[in-house]
Amino acid sequence: MSLAGRAQARPARLPPHVPGRAARTRHKWYEIILLTGPAVIVFTLFVLTPIGFAAYYSLYKWSGYGWPTEFRGLDNYIGPFGAFRDAIFRDALRNNAIILVGSLVIQGPLAIGMALLLNRRFRGRAVFRLLVFVPYVLAEVMIGIMWQLILQPNGTADAILTNLGLGHLITGWLGNLNVVIWTMLLILTWKYTGFALILFLAGLANIPVELTEAAAIDGASWWQIQRHITIPLLGSTIRIWMFLSMIGSLQVFDVIWVASTPAVRSLGASNTMATYMVDHGFNEREWGYGNAVAVILFAISFLAALLFQRFVLRRDIDGAQTQGVT
Amino acid sequence: MIAKRRSGAVVTLVATAALVASGCSSGKSGSGTESKSDLYSHPVTLNWWHNANQDGPLRTHWQKVADDFHNLHPTVTIKVTAIETNDLQRNRLPAAMLGGNPPDVFQAWGGGEMAEQVKSNYLMDITADAKAEVASMGPVSKIWSVDGKQYGLPFSFGIEGFWYNKDLFAKAGISAPPTTLDELNAAVSKLKAANVTPIAVGAGDKWPAGHWWYNFAVRECPAATLANAGTKQDFNDPCFVKAGEDVKAFIATNPFQPNFLATPGQTGATSSAGLLANGKAAMELMGHWNGGVMQTLTPDQKEPAFLGWFPFPSVPGAGGSQNTQMGGGDGFSCSKKAPKECVEFLKYIVSADVEKAFAATGAGIPTVKGAEAGLADPALQTIATATQSAGGVQLWLDTTFGAKAGTAMNDAIVAIFANQGTPQGVIDALKKATAR
Repeated sequence: MSLAGRAQARPARLPPHVPGRAARTRHKWYEIILLTGPAVIVFTLFVLTPIGFAAYYSLYKWSGYGWPTEFRGLDNYIGPFGAFRDAIFRDALRNNAIILVGSLVIQGPLAIGMALLLNRRFRGRAVFRLLVFVPYVLAEVMIGIMWQLILQPNGTADAILTNLGLGHLITGWLGNLNVVIWTMLLILTWKYTGFALILFLAGLANIPVELTEAAAIDGASWWQIQRHITIPLLGSTIRIWMFLSMIGSLQVFDVIWVASTPAVRSLGASNTMATYMVDHGFNEREWGYGNAVAVILFAISFLAALLFQRFVLRRDIDGAQTQGVT
Repeated sequence: MIAKRRSGAVVTLVATAALVASGCSSGKSGSGTESKSDLYSHPVTLNWWHNANQDGPLRTHWQKVADDFHNLHPTVTIKVTAIETNDLQRNRLPAAMLGGNPPDVFQAWGGGEMAEQVKSNYLMDITADAKAEVASMGPVSKIWSVDGKQYGLPFSFGIEGFWYNKDLFAKAGISAPPTTLDELNAAVSKLKAANVTPIAVGAGDKWPAGHWWYNFAVRECPAATLANAGTKQDFNDPCFVKAGEDVKAFIATNPFQPNFLATPGQTGATSSAGLLANGKAAMELMGHWNGGVMQTLTPDQKEPAFLGWFPFPSVPGAGGSQNTQMGGGDGFSCSKKAPKECVEFLKYIVSADVEKAFAATGAGIPTVKGAEAGLADPALQTIATATQSAGGVQLWLDTTFGAKAGTAMNDAIVAIFANQGTPQGVIDALKKATAR
């Protein structure tokens, strides 16, 4: 609006050789095309086109040899053998939900607590920060194999429990179908708490010291300061972390793929939407069905992202927008 | 020829642009239109994909085969790529075939998978060129044929059975390998009494558990019933349910290592093969390749000396053949677009001397008559003899039924192992599998 306002106001005062409104609009469009063009092309080719293809393939029964020819409509979604009627796929949805809620409920408070601790000055603080962050830096596949070795029968974990006098707790950490998903949640928590921590530490560094100092001078205790000043000011960081954690939980694949066996996955004990998609799409040669699962995974993630942005991140995003450009 | 090749490259280029991410690359030499007299007349490159991706005798053998063939026929250059079996079979080959740029020579397992590839017109018909080789292999070669036409040549074929630890058997007081199911059950009891894990099973990978069901199915079902199941998807015979009941009853005797749903088949010392190789379990039901797998899982990288082998025992009162054995093998096929030299290379791989050298690697049993003389491993010699004297050989049921039905079947069998499924569940899964 302001640009239009200026455009109307200017011709009266400026010399006539200044380009007219149409020319400048055209010029503006050249700039937009030039600057966004490459990104739009890449995005279209590598994001939108595959999504379109996935949606198209998901309507076929297709084994991957030759192009799809057997059109099945929405059978892969809601047919008698479609994803939503498959008990193992529903198990995958449940497992994703467990990981999503578990990650938010466990990692969040844990990381906030550690961030508040590690934000104080003490000897060896840098070492502690590094140690907590190490699991996040390690590759998922390495972590999967490492935990597989730790958790195998008579492995390190069992030995530690026995020595602590907790031998009666020992179970098939990766083989007991009722336990496996919680084992996976433990591994994921171990890995991703460091990520939450580093975000929160960065957020804490942005909180002006003056505020806490002023509160301290006013007689507020350490707990009161954290409760009423630090955590509210950390809010936007926490919300961004929640968003990233949520999307990550919906799409989790690597650790589960490596640390739990195909048998355990196919029985619905540890599988997620992503592992289910690969198990069926590639390993069972159900390419059309696998694409349908991919579309469902995409739709759920997209919807979750939209809702979260609309209702939770709204304030943060509004604040982040560069105002005054228009 | 040059002009032709260039136009091929242009077509490929257009296809690349159209398909974007399909993985097409430069057009390759050789269009498959030369007549036989053109053989070796101009340079060609053969892309060869095999599954010996672990460093070891077999991988070395294949590299030598490629080098030797190039020395014999300098116009043929062979580019070798080794890819892990599952990745090769399930991901890489279908993607390469769909992308229109498959390797020229690649691993082929025959059965239902091959029938699908033939249906999509991906494979070269080698019936006319490989008559002598097919005759020398006998009925085994049929597994690499579809509708009477030959589409591949197996270099290795053997039957499945129990690999066992002779020392642990002696310790438990078992004098001779079991020949009936009752004797196997008795051996399991004796081993348990001696505080030894009787049998290792890599149920975590699903198919090792599936093999138990396959073997019981061979004992319970007549050959004609199994053949009908493969070609007509007819699983109504009650013998299939009986096979599941046999498995269930056998699992109920607790013969396996604890926590077997988390045990992989072949990776690491705690896999089922690793447990047997390191003396932690007394038996494993596994294919003829197991010796080669165990070589890589022991501290000294050698196959343990205590290993013996016996075939799957007979099941008293069962209606199928009691001396037919479950088995399978490995072969190679040429893609439809491959140059003519590809067939010559296939024939070279299964020529007597090359097969003898293969036998010496200990990675499997050769298919060509006379080559078994090269077998150095006593367990493999036993299997080679047993393969020849078997009343019949039934190809792995998951390969016979194709990837879809095969995997669904394995899932349902694993459910029995996990005490969640029923014998009828396997039949239901088989019938359902073709729907997606």
